Amino acid sequence: MIKRLTLILLLAGIGSIFAGLMLDYTADEALNRTARYYADHTAEDLGAANLVTAIIVTYRGLDTLGEVTVLFLTAAIVGLVLAKGKRKHRKRLKRTLPPPGELLLTGTRLLLPLILLFGAYVFTHGHLTPGGGFQGGAIIASAILMLLLSNPLKRFSHRLISVVESTSGVAFVVIGAFGIVLAGGFLDNRIMPIGTFGELFSAGAIPLIYTFVGLKVGAEFSSMLVSLSETEQL
Amino acid sequence: MALIAMTTGFILILIGLFGALSHRNILRMIVAFTVANTGVNLVLVSVGYMRGRTAPILNDAVPAAEAASRIIDPVPQALVLTAIVIGVGVTALMLAYAYRLYQSKLSLDISRHTELKW
Repeated sequence: MIKRLTLILLLAGIGSIFAGLMLDYTADEALNRTARYYADHTAEDLGAANLVTAIIVTYRGLDTLGEVTVLFLTAAIVGLVLAKGKRKHRKRLKRTLPPPGELLLTGTRLLLPLILLFGAYVFTHGHLTPGGGFQGGAIIASAILMLLLSNPLKRFSHRLISVVESTSGVAFVVIGAFGIVLAGGFLDNRIMPIGTFGELFSAGAIPLIYTFVGLKVGAEFSSMLVSLSETEQL
Repeated sequence: MALIAMTTGFILILIGLFGALSHRNILRMIVAFTVANTGVNLVLVSVGYMRGRTAPILNDAVPAAEAASRIIDPVPQALVLTAIVIGVGVTALMLAYAYRLYQSKLSLDISRHTELKW
């Protein structure tokens, strides 16, 4: 009882802080200086139509590199934490899993290539449409999730996943380093010609970088899913 | 519109905190944390919203010359995009730890895991 009361008091306190924040909040009428700079200079300097992509890949590219590193660490830790218990519980599955059913099986076979294609589309068009490497990578991982749903005992090659993951990570950093030599700085996208605004092959290295980010994120999410699915037992 | 989104976000944060603090089952706590995470993202996005403006993507409808007066703030959106991805990673991490905790005590009840309690 006393616990519940403290909890409610605590939440009421936090809620009143939030309410104070909300009451004082007035929406901006114009963009602030940073956003205004991005709005004015992105199309001209970087050639990217999607400003969010331009910020993530080029203006704040270093942060994205850090974020991809955080994701890599989480995927690695998930693998590590779950792999430790595996050897002890290496027993074969005792119960037989129910068959996945015609709909799921056929649906998976039909949709899998389409989902993969859509993921690739999303990360290659990141500089033009609301999409990008992270979204595309998540879509690709959802294809892996579908495979695992239709057959929970399916085993994927950890080696392949880690090769894709590390190759694209290294490629991301190497492209970034090219920016120091050929253009203005680390992860500058102008190492390649900016091209015509609004076309697929434009915005310099952004589509290339986002492709690698997409592959890396897809591989990381897939490795998390695969690690989690390998805990299936009983 | 921004106010509705912001209120919803704050309420989601409170619901998530309440769930995380009041439940004893680790899986329910993880779900509550993801709810709170969604609330934080919603609040961040709503801060960047401006009335009568459109998404920060330049095309024929939003030419680059008048972008500064037509688009909403792209910075919170970029921030939230990364926050969502990190949120998925953190959720996966929490689930992995929950699995290991279950293996060690064969229970998902947090009050059974007393090693760090004082």
